[in-house]
Amino acid sequence: MLLQALAFYVFAFVVMASAAMVVVSRNPVYSVLFLILAFFNAAALFVLIGAEFIAMILVIVYVGAVAVLFLFVVMMLDINLTQLREGFLKYLPVGALIGVVLLAEILLALGVIGGDSTSLTALAKAGPQVQAVDNTRAIGRVLYTQYFYLFQVAGVVLLVAMIGAIVLTLRSRPGVRRQRISDQLYRPKDQAVTVVKVPSGEGVR
Amino acid sequence: MTIGLGHYLFVAAVLFTMGILGIFLMCVELMLLAVNINLVAFSVFQGNIVGQVFAMLVLTVAAAEAAIGLAILVVYFRNRGTIEVEDINAMKG
Repeated sequence: MLLQALAFYVFAFVVMASAAMVVVSRNPVYSVLFLILAFFNAAALFVLIGAEFIAMILVIVYVGAVAVLFLFVVMMLDINLTQLREGFLKYLPVGALIGVVLLAEILLALGVIGGDSTSLTALAKAGPQVQAVDNTRAIGRVLYTQYFYLFQVAGVVLLVAMIGAIVLTLRSRPGVRRQRISDQLYRPKDQAVTVVKVPSGEGVR
Repeated sequence: MTIGLGHYLFVAAVLFTMGILGIFLMCVELMLLAVNINLVAFSVFQGNIVGQVFAMLVLTVAAAEAAIGLAILVVYFRNRGTIEVEDINAMKG
């Protein structure tokens, strides 16, 4: 139990520190790399709490797809974040004040600090704690039966996002030679083939 | 010393606040990660698997949002050569 607590504190500290580095880092590429670090440590937290499937999905989807997408776009766009950073530094005191107030509000509302945490423990004890099957099997049992339509809708959301991204970024530049199969197929025979009478001994000119 | 629900909620609250303070699309992902931590923590400590199913749906929407947002960013950068927020006034009459 002590080891688990120690691991939790290490992972939680790295998550929060890398989140802070995402926000304050000067180079956007470093921001994305710290985001990846935060995702890995959040996945470790999920493994620690016993939600292995979500942890692996987090690593695959976020680190494998979303963060790499961010990395590509950030590298490709050559974003000049220094001007954005100036505005950020200008509004940093107000933002930090709002952030501290918001954090205090959330923690007070949860009862993590200040008040008694009996409501939290009551919440934690609300359900049965035993898990008869492992995590992935438990998710699959409800995901493919009870929440099957939600699962399908999630797939539709991804499809729409994919089509939208393609439609947004697709462009037809002039001067690019592209194969048009219908033109090739509808070309008449007299344009495509010429019959040449070749005299013997002279070759085709 | 035992790790309870409050510890996870504290981490999620800090992550959410960091995400609010940020200025770029990465910070939205941080906030969604905080939401996912909350969902999974409640799901595990209450012994109810539905929270993890919902966390997966949040993950899906986050991926879609990142794809669309980055596509819009790429198109805007291609048209204007900059993503300065102050320069975005194309819809001003």
